[in-house]
Amino acid sequence: MAHFTKATSVHDWLNQRLGIDTVRRVMATEYWIPKNINFLWAMGMVLAITFALLLVSGIFLLMYYQPNIATAFDSVNYTIMNEVEFGWLWRHIHGVAASVVFLIIYIHMFTGIYYGSYKKGREMIWISGMLLFVTFSAEAFSGYMLPWGQMSYWAGMVITNLFAGGSLHADGLVEWIRGDYVPAQAFLTRFFMLHVLLLPLAILGLIGLHFGALRIPHVNNQDGEEIDFEVEAAKYKAGDKAGSKVIAFVNDFLSKDMMVVAIYLIFFFYLVFYHFNFAMDPVNFDPADGLKTPAHIYPEWYFLWSYEILRPFSTDVGLIAFAFAQVIFVLLPFLDRSPNAVPASRRGLFQVWFWLMLVDMIVLTAMGKLPPEGVFSTIGLYAALTFIALWIALPIITMFEKKA
Amino acid sequence: MKNSSRRGFMGKAFGAVAGVGAVAALYAMKKTWDPLPSVKAAGFTTLDMSAYKENELVTEKWRGKPIFVLKYTPEMMSQLTEKQKGRTISVGGSDYMVTLGLCTHLGCIPSYNADEKGFLCACHGGTYDFTGDVTKLPPPRGLDIPPFKIEGNTLVLGEVGPEYSQMKETGITL
Repeated sequence: MAHFTKATSVHDWLNQRLGIDTVRRVMATEYWIPKNINFLWAMGMVLAITFALLLVSGIFLLMYYQPNIATAFDSVNYTIMNEVEFGWLWRHIHGVAASVVFLIIYIHMFTGIYYGSYKKGREMIWISGMLLFVTFSAEAFSGYMLPWGQMSYWAGMVITNLFAGGSLHADGLVEWIRGDYVPAQAFLTRFFMLHVLLLPLAILGLIGLHFGALRIPHVNNQDGEEIDFEVEAAKYKAGDKAGSKVIAFVNDFLSKDMMVVAIYLIFFFYLVFYHFNFAMDPVNFDPADGLKTPAHIYPEWYFLWSYEILRPFSTDVGLIAFAFAQVIFVLLPFLDRSPNAVPASRRGLFQVWFWLMLVDMIVLTAMGKLPPEGVFSTIGLYAALTFIALWIALPIITMFEKKA
Repeated sequence: MKNSSRRGFMGKAFGAVAGVGAVAALYAMKKTWDPLPSVKAAGFTTLDMSAYKENELVTEKWRGKPIFVLKYTPEMMSQLTEKQKGRTISVGGSDYMVTLGLCTHLGCIPSYNADEKGFLCACHGGTYDFTGDVTKLPPPRGLDIPPFKIEGNTLVLGEVGPEYSQMKETGITL
């Protein structure tokens, strides 16, 4: 047993038992961040804060929400919105955050792609990040079922139908997922469970993995420079803060990080108070009705690009293209054959690839929202083909990339 | 050496027990997600076919999905082509169309025009004749026919009768 002495303070008492000074040193004051970064490096903290907002607002919603097909709709649209004091606040925070979190995820992702932050030992950061994207997508979808409006029901119908695998007609699998022939009570209760327990648990675990994956390779910087963190940290600790290339996570980096978070939160609460409607589909304010299909069934904006990759093709080809789009980003560190971990602007053709991919995904998103008719479906088809072609081209153009 | 082989054995024995337990747990979890017996029992709908009026579309419900039932007029019965006959269900001397009321394109619900004796899906403009056979794209096939069994003057949806098996074999419905 370790030797304990009479504590001189509460701090000392805790420190002897939990080693809080060591924890603080390892996690905060001696966790090193490069200086050569910009505001895009704050997106991780913005995401962490948004997740916290989702968690807190979700806890309050959970106290009044009823996962029952007869009462779910009213428990949200009447009880929470009209009876519970400030119930509207939690719902609008939850709805707006669920939408905005994807905007930030996409910015975070494309920042990583632009600066090559998935290479040279940072592969696990990228992979755990993409797993987070997948679980967040499942979390968003399962949450969308809960108000049990028309869009909840029909989105549930269409998305679970995807698991029939087109011509495979695996109806048994679809019925197993639903626990019924159509989305009904069993479906609602199990998606409720996924949304409030299993998926959030998975997200928390993956966030731990994502942060852990950062420890050894450290955060990337604007030039992709390989920094000797031990040497730079020693300089910093010796008092040469100006000469060192790194700063401490706490307080140096965090103070700037929280500045970005503050600006973000002003924007976020502006949306919550004045523009929450963009996150509230009017169709979902009609109760679920299995005998009445809405004229257009479309997903929330953050799923539109992959929906548009599914849509222009025949059922089977569409499903394969959709599956391709869902997994291909995970493989980015291995499809990019170039050893250069520098910004896209110094990587020749890769820079073209990056901007084409970004624009293509914006085009896919726009076309996914429009009805699939005339010129829109043609543009959608070409944008989907471009998406696939870009991924096929990636290993080739990066293989011939000159060493930077 | 003796110790490590004993540990190795214990490791393998534990692995075997845990493996069996894991498979058993997965089996239980899979079965827990299966549709409940009450859900399955509610998966049958019995229709009294003598109650329908000629050329008047009625929407019934089977397994939460809309079911179109249309009784033909004698005039409609007389003009059936061979292909249309294959889709027709005869009960008690009358002919009927009984299909899922979901467009085979993307699952919207088509509407019936009794004067023109045809269906139109408003979502993407697909049309069907009064037997539910597709007459204008984009739908890839005619309206699907649910599994049925003829019992006297009634039709049991969800059970497979010989007439339905034949429709499936000839590829009239999926």
